[in-house]
Amino acid sequence: MRSIVLTKGVPDFSEGAVSFDEEGHLERGKTPTVMNPNDAFAVEAALQTKVRHGGHVSGMSMGPPGYADVLQGAMESVYTDDSYLLSDRELAASDTWATAITLSAGLEKYQEEVEEIDILFAGFKSADGETGQTGPQTAWAMDWPIVTHVIALDIDPDERRLRAKRLVEGDVDEIETVEAPLPCVVVTDPEFEPTYRKASHRLTHKRLRAETEQRAQEHEDHLTTWSQQDLNLDPDYIGLDGSPTIVSSVDPIPKAPSEREATMIDPDDSGGMAEVLEAMQPYAEAGE
Amino acid sequence: MSETDTDREHYEAVVVGCGPGGAAAAARLADHGIETLVLERGTKSGSKNVSGGLIYGEESAPYTLDDLFDGFREAAAERPVTDYRIHNVAGNKVKTYDLTDLHEHDTDWCDAVLRRRMDAWLEDRVHEKTSETGGGVLTNVRVNGLLRERGEIVGVTCDELDPIEADLIVAADGVNSELGREAGLMDWEEPDEWFQGVKAVVDMDPAVVNDRFDIDDDEGVAHLFSGDLFEDVRGGGFLYTNEDSLSIGTVFHLDSLVEQQAEPQELLDALLTHPMMATWLGDEYDEREYAAKLVPDSKKVAHPEPYQDRLVLVGDAAGQMQAQGPIIKGMNHAVTAGALAADAFAVTRGNADPAAAGRRYTQMLEESGTMAKLRPRRYEVSRTLAERDVITNVVDRVLESPLGSVAVGNPISNRLLQRAYNSPFLVSMLPDTSTGYVTLPSVIGEQHGRTIHWENEVEPPTLEERIGDLTYDTDVGNPHIELRDESVDASGSAVYACPVSAEDFGGGCYRSEEVKRNGSEETVVSLDTQPCVECGTCAVVADTEWEHPRGGKGVEYREG
Ligand SMILES: Cc1cc2nc3c(=O)[nH]c(=O)nc-3n(C[C@H](O)[C@H](O)[C@H](O)COP(=O)(O)OP(=O)(O)OC[C@H]3O[C@@H](n4cnc5c(N)ncnc54)[C@H](O)[C@@H]3O)c2cc1C
Ligand code: SF4
Repeated sequence: MRSIVLTKGVPDFSEGAVSFDEEGHLERGKTPTVMNPNDAFAVEAALQTKVRHGGHVSGMSMGPPGYADVLQGAMESVYTDDSYLLSDRELAASDTWATAITLSAGLEKYQEEVEEIDILFAGFKSADGETGQTGPQTAWAMDWPIVTHVIALDIDPDERRLRAKRLVEGDVDEIETVEAPLPCVVVTDPEFEPTYRKASHRLTHKRLRAETEQRAQEHEDHLTTWSQQDLNLDPDYIGLDGSPTIVSSVDPIPKAPSEREATMIDPDDSGGMAEVLEAMQPYAEAGE
Repeated sequence: MSETDTDREHYEAVVVGCGPGGAAAAARLADHGIETLVLERGTKSGSKNVSGGLIYGEESAPYTLDDLFDGFREAAAERPVTDYRIHNVAGNKVKTYDLTDLHEHDTDWCDAVLRRRMDAWLEDRVHEKTSETGGGVLTNVRVNGLLRERGEIVGVTCDELDPIEADLIVAADGVNSELGREAGLMDWEEPDEWFQGVKAVVDMDPAVVNDRFDIDDDEGVAHLFSGDLFEDVRGGGFLYTNEDSLSIGTVFHLDSLVEQQAEPQELLDALLTHPMMATWLGDEYDEREYAAKLVPDSKKVAHPEPYQDRLVLVGDAAGQMQAQGPIIKGMNHAVTAGALAADAFAVTRGNADPAAAGRRYTQMLEESGTMAKLRPRRYEVSRTLAERDVITNVVDRVLESPLGSVAVGNPISNRLLQRAYNSPFLVSMLPDTSTGYVTLPSVIGEQHGRTIHWENEVEPPTLEERIGDLTYDTDVGNPHIELRDESVDASGSAVYACPVSAEDFGGGCYRSEEVKRNGSEETVVSLDTQPCVECGTCAVVADTEWEHPRGGKGVEYREG
C-alpha cells in the first residue's frame, strides 16, 4: 500500500499559544503553526492502513517553508515515512482551487518519480479556512473517486478495493458502508477511530513508533521540497493569479458593548451597600 | 474482506502481566528463542504495582533479577540495604534489635525498589528481548479470560484484542489473578490466606536521607516495626530508604483487620506519627503517593501444582509470596518461578501432552528448593499446634503475667531474643497469632525499651487528600467491581477494610447508608469504584463480582 496523507499548517488556536492584537486580529507571526487538527484523523487512517497492510506513507503539504515543521510533527506523532513540501513564493495566496491544482501536480510528480499511489488521505476541513473543499477538488483534478466522512476503513489489497463506513451527510446517526476501487481519496471524519484488535498490529504500531521517533529527529534527510519549477506549473493557474476566489474581507466579531458604568463598592462600606440594596429593591418586588 | 476474523493469532508463548514474574518468564523464554507475547494491563508496567519493597537476590535461588537483566541494580533499583533493624514498640517505649544476621542469611544482595521505575525498566528490556524472537510487550491490554477448545485451555481472551492462541500461557497476573481463579486453581475466599499492604512514599532530598539515617549515597536502611503500635491487629510496619524518598508502610493479616474492624490508613498513620519516627521524618512531611495491595501468604496458598493444560501460574498468581517472619519475599520468588516456567517449557517443547511444561515446572519448583521455602513443612506442624486458640491464650497469658515479663525482660533473654529473631528457622515458625506480632514485641518493648520523648510533628494527609493526589483514568459507566450483596453482614467489612474507604467518609469506595425500606430504616452498603486502587481486598472480604478494569483504566501509580 502506498498512501499519501495531505496535511496543512494552521495557527495554533489553543489557549496560551494563540495571540491576537488589540483589534482582535490574529497575529500570525506570534502564533505557532501546528498541524490542522482534523488532519490528525487522516494521518491516523493512513497509519492504520500501513500497520495492517504494510507499505509506505508519505506526508505532503503545500505551504511556506515553515510547514516542514508540520510534516515533521506528522512523522513524530503518526509515523509517516517521508515528507514532501510544495513550497514556492509563487504559490502564496492560493485559494482552495489553486491549492488543489498544485497538489495534484505534486501527486502526479510523485507517481512519476516515486511510486503509484493507492490512497490519498485528507482531513475534514481546516481549522483556519474551514472550507472542506481541498480534498474533493484534488480528487476531481486527479480523476479519482472520493469517499468523505469516513469513520472506519477496511482495505483489500488483492482486489484493490476499499470498504469504508461513512456518516451520511456528516450525521452521526446515519452510517452507510460504501466500496470504492483504488486509487481513491479518503476524507476522514473527526469521528474516525483506528482499531487494532490484533496483537501483531499493535506490535507493528509500537515498532513503527520506535523507528519513527529516531527518523523524525533527522527530518531534513527525509524531506523533499518541490518548487513551482519542479512541478512545472503554469503561473496563471497557481498562487493568487490562479485563484478564482479571494477572501475580500473578514468581519471581526465585535466585542460585546458594555453600556452601563460600573460602580465599585466595598462590602464593608455600609452606606454603599445600602445603596446597592436600594437599587435592587425594584427588581426584587418585580419578582414577587 | 481480507480481515478474516476466524484466523486466530497464535504465539508460542503468551505471558500475562509484566511484573517481576512475567518479566523473568518472558526474558527467559526469549533467551530460549521462543516467540513470546507479553500482555500488560497498565499503561506502563509498574503503573498498577506496589511493593514494600526490598528485592532479594538469594544465594540459593536458581535465578535473580540481576542475573536475568544485566545492569538491573544500577539502572532500576534504589539503595542497597546495609543496615537492618526491628523495633519492638510498647507505647512510647522502643527496643531495637539488629536483624542484620537474619537479613543476610542466604542473601547475595538486597535493594529497595519503587515499582513504577523498576517494572517500567524491566518492560523495556523485555520488549527488546522478546522483539528479537517475533513477539514483544503490549501495554493497555487486559486479559479477561481463558480461551478454551473442547474444555481445554488453548489461549487467552482480552478486552482489547481478538482471542489469541498459545502453546504456553504464563499467568503472571499477580495477586487476584483472574486467570488462576478462572482455571479453578486459586480462590479469593478466606481472609486468613492474605495480608493487606498499605504504603506511603515520602519525598526526601538524597542529602537529607543520608543525614537522617547516617548513610552514604550507596547505602540504605530497612527498619521493621511491631508491637502494640497497631493495637491488636496482627502485622507490622516497615521503613525503607530510596534514592530520594522513603517507603513507609504496613502489612497486616487481612482476617485480623476484619476482626478488629481496623482502618488501614489509620494504622499507617499510627506508624507515621509515632514519636520514634520524628528524627527520620522531620517536620516537613510531603507524601508523594498512597498505595495498597493484597499480598498472598504462601504458607497457606502457594499452589503445590500451579498448572492446568498449557497454563502455568507464577508469582503472586500462584500464591508464591513468602512472609519469613518480618521479611517479605514475593518479588524474588516470582522471578525464580517465572524463569523456571520458561525453562520447563523450553525442555518440553514439542511434547504432545499440553500439560508437560506445567508438570516439569512443578518438579523444578520442588527440586530448586523454592517450594520448601514457600510452604515449609515445619510451619504446617507448628501451625496445628500454635494456632489453636487455647495454646495461644496460654502463651499470651504467661507472657503478660509478671513472671513471663520478667523472664522476657531479664538481660540474658534480651540477648537470646535478638538471636531468636535472627534465626530464619524460628522466625518461619512463628505462628500467625498475636503472640508473635503483638504480645511478644510489646513485652520486649516494655521490659527492655527506651522511652522516646521526641515530638512527632507529622500530620499525614487525610484519605480524601490521598485519593485526590492519585492519578485515575476512570472507565466511566463501566465499573469493574459490582456488589452482589449489599447487606452489612455480607459486605460491611469492606467499609473499613478497603484502604480508600472509611466509616463516616463519603468520598471512598464503600459507604454504609441508611435507607428506608417498607417503612423501616435499614443499613446497607453501597459502592462507587471511582477512587478504587485495585488492591483486591473487597474481592475477599465482601460479596462482589470482582474484575480488574480494562487496559489502561483505573488507578495509575507513579511510584509503586
Ligand atoms: C505493601 C507491600 C509490601 C511488599 N513488600 C515486599 C518486599 O519488601 N519484598 C518482596 O519481595 N515483595 C514484597 N511484596 C510482595 C510483592 O510485591 C509481590 O509478591 C510481587 O509483586 C509479585 O510479583 P508478580 O510478578 O507475581 O506480580 P505483580 O508484581 O503483581 O505483577 C502482576 C502484573 O500483571 C498485570 N496484570 C494483572 N492482571 C492482568 C490482566 N488481567 N491482564 C493483563 N495484565 C494483568 C499487573 O498490571 C501487573 O503488572 C509486597 C507487597 C505489598 C503490597
Ligand atoms: S474497592 Fe476493593 S479493590 Fe478497590 S481499593 Fe477498595 S477494597 Fe481495594
